[in-house]
Amino acid sequence: MKLIKFLLLGIVFGIVMAKSEAVSWFRIQEMFRFQAFHMYGIIGTAVTLGVIGVAIIKQFNIRDFHGNPILFLPKDKSVARYLIGGIIFGLGWALSGACPGPMVVNIGYGFLSMIIVFFFAIVGTYLYGVLMKKLPH
Amino acid sequence: MRELITQTWAWWFSGAMIASIMFFLLYFGQSFGFSSNLRTICAAAGLGKTNKFFDFNWKAQTWNIVFLIGSIIGGFIAAQFLSDGGPVNISNATIQDLSKMGIAAPESLQPKELFGWDAVFTVKGFLILALGGLMVGFGSRYAGGCTSGHAISGLSNLQLPSLIAVIGFFIGGLVMTYLIMPLIL
Repeated sequence: MKLIKFLLLGIVFGIVMAKSEAVSWFRIQEMFRFQAFHMYGIIGTAVTLGVIGVAIIKQFNIRDFHGNPILFLPKDKSVARYLIGGIIFGLGWALSGACPGPMVVNIGYGFLSMIIVFFFAIVGTYLYGVLMKKLPH
Repeated sequence: MRELITQTWAWWFSGAMIASIMFFLLYFGQSFGFSSNLRTICAAAGLGKTNKFFDFNWKAQTWNIVFLIGSIIGGFIAAQFLSDGGPVNISNATIQDLSKMGIAAPESLQPKELFGWDAVFTVKGFLILALGGLMVGFGSRYAGGCTSGHAISGLSNLQLPSLIAVIGFFIGGLVMTYLIMPLIL
């Protein structure tokens, strides 16, 4: 039953993503065309509150509910993997109008053709695993 | 009152809820990153036998798979109980731009020209969905995260790699939107 809290958080996430319309292909197009503030408002609010909260956690060494320190591991220094990987991700994000979270929210919403997108996202992840040693990182 | 729920939720409320979810996950000893699930699914499918990248203790990621299942349920609840089935309330400028590519004004959350079964069962329609998914899956693992892991969690921790990744997301998104989509749609 330790997992029930993650189920509840997932449910809230799914509802918020659907009701904010962040799972909509139309909204992603509107964002990439800079024709509304909506998506920037969502991401901007989340990041602004996130920066403040993470700074507070670090400043006061706030611990998690197990009593362990909340650690933020720095990501590996590199440019190539983040830039190239990011560009490939962005191409797919604009085309399908969904990043991984919204894909499954859409499936729950009833857009079952999104199962195809999600299945191929798994295939794409596998393809990365196969090719990773040959890619610049 | 009911209208407050069925209409599009405000950006500030939605953004604050997403930040809250990130903090709850941190408090529960985990971190917010959705695309890790794609790798976990590969590992759970036994692909670790042939590829070391998928040979890890994926059961430790069960919490995130449960979060994913919750997300599906959340989408279902939103559609069944919290929506009036109205179209996405996007700007007129976007509607006009999209009509030039043959995408009609919204009737629901998604364009039927891309996600309707009539479109999906054409070669072009299928390839659009398949290639879109393939690039999202490949790119998120190559970049080490997606919108949640980099744009939300990473930027909140002021990580330069995440900023580079987010810049990449936008370069890719703009190239697709302005240069490639007008050719293929």
